[in-house]
Amino acid sequence: MRRRVIGLETEYGVSFTLGGQRRLSTDEVARHMFRHVVAWGRSSSVFLENGARLYLDVGAHPEYATPECATPLEAVVHERAGDRIVHDLAVRTGEALAAEGIRGEVRVFRNNTDSAGNSYGSHENYLVDRAGDFGRITSGLVPFLVTRQVFAGAGKLLRGPGGTEYVLSQRAEHVWEGVSSATTRSRPLINTRDEPHADAERFRRLHVIVGDSNMSDYACWLRLATTDLVVRMLEERAAFAAPELADPAVAIRDVSRDLSGRGPVRLTSGRTPTALDVQELYLVAVERFVAARHPDDELAEHALGEWRFVLAALREDPMRLERQLDWVAKLRLLEAYRARHDLPADDPRLALVDLAYHDLDPRRGLHHLLVREGRMQRLVDDAAVADAMEHPPRRTRAALRGRFLAAARRAGRDVTVDWVHLKLNEQAQRTVLCKDPLVWQDERVDRLIDAL
Amino acid sequence: MAGTERVSRSGDVPRDDDVVVAEAAAPARELLDGVEDLLDEIDEVLEDNAEEFVRGYVQKGGE
Repeated sequence: MRRRVIGLETEYGVSFTLGGQRRLSTDEVARHMFRHVVAWGRSSSVFLENGARLYLDVGAHPEYATPECATPLEAVVHERAGDRIVHDLAVRTGEALAAEGIRGEVRVFRNNTDSAGNSYGSHENYLVDRAGDFGRITSGLVPFLVTRQVFAGAGKLLRGPGGTEYVLSQRAEHVWEGVSSATTRSRPLINTRDEPHADAERFRRLHVIVGDSNMSDYACWLRLATTDLVVRMLEERAAFAAPELADPAVAIRDVSRDLSGRGPVRLTSGRTPTALDVQELYLVAVERFVAARHPDDELAEHALGEWRFVLAALREDPMRLERQLDWVAKLRLLEAYRARHDLPADDPRLALVDLAYHDLDPRRGLHHLLVREGRMQRLVDDAAVADAMEHPPRRTRAALRGRFLAAARRAGRDVTVDWVHLKLNEQAQRTVLCKDPLVWQDERVDRLIDAL
Repeated sequence: MAGTERVSRSGDVPRDDDVVVAEAAAPARELLDGVEDLLDEIDEVLEDNAEEFVRGYVQKGGE
């Protein structure tokens, strides 16, 4: 199967507290963190030698965009590298604040909600062909995105007027429509903003902003791998009649609140399959598509096998997936913790367990604790993540960017880069445009590096 | 659990040239295996002032 560039953008939540009490506002914490970035890169938006972009996003979130990755697994590795980089930044920030006499602890969370009802995201980018029928891809993808929560949800204790309940997804309550160009006001599942960061005549970006930030390697990988396959099937115009949801915003909430996966999802036809039925429909269609068009694709075969396994396990007993899925692992933790201390469902300590699951600190984050003790299935190891903190993916455009930045640093030369441009800041302002994200070798870049 | 074998075998996602995949350093166990120790550890790492911490955790909305 033709390769596709995939990237993940993560918005992190931050806090600075002493004894649980807030000492600095979110803005202030983020600004302190990025003082280190500005000191190094003279900007609060920088590209790193691993090809990634680190920046201060709207709303004062630290945000990390992975470099262009060639496979879903590579994107998982690079997202984990981003976690480590942002955590390191938090540690240095804590030390710097302490040196100034400001006592407290910096915390960074890779979750999607705060206590005031704000949401921030984990955005997936899939590079698609400009020539394709974008409307068909997005409309065919929406029912898949609404129902993939059954395995991709990160889990959340949702406080509502009727009390506190556990739901599958962090993001579901914050999404208001299927496909649109809105972002923060009326957040859609798929944002149509058309910034391919590539040759716009050939490529287009499919920007999926509905996803939860997965802590689990496995859940994150399965989310990307299955979505990639569904997009591929729609792109290649395989015969497939996508179900049409009567109301995506209603359906996404219904699915999120139904831990069994067996509640009805209303279609325009009046039929009411379950979320698991809808997933099954996609699975069968993609299996047929891969068998017919790409019978020798091992990565696709593997992803299909895991998808099939997960849906079957969810039908039988979701708790069997406690080592794989975030929402199951978190639910098990919450139940055990609640039982030990005999807590009511709305006890703040349970809300804290929910939040602490997403803490990036390897010593204190509860997901990290589970991983360290072998209680969650891992797909990537520490060495691969450490490598990705320094080095870009080898077979995408990120390799060119990384080489250029590393060479410029060694030569002590001043350069400017973005996703597409590599520029030497000198009188002639030599610039190379890299418009194909799948090209990782380029003589023009070699010459530019030779000129350093 | 019936699926464990399949997952641990196939969970070794195929390598491509770019990415190394490895087994976890710790031996695999059930999530709540030895749960008392796990809960002790959780109590150790959680903030003392849960209510204050959770209430004070306010971000600005992102995309």
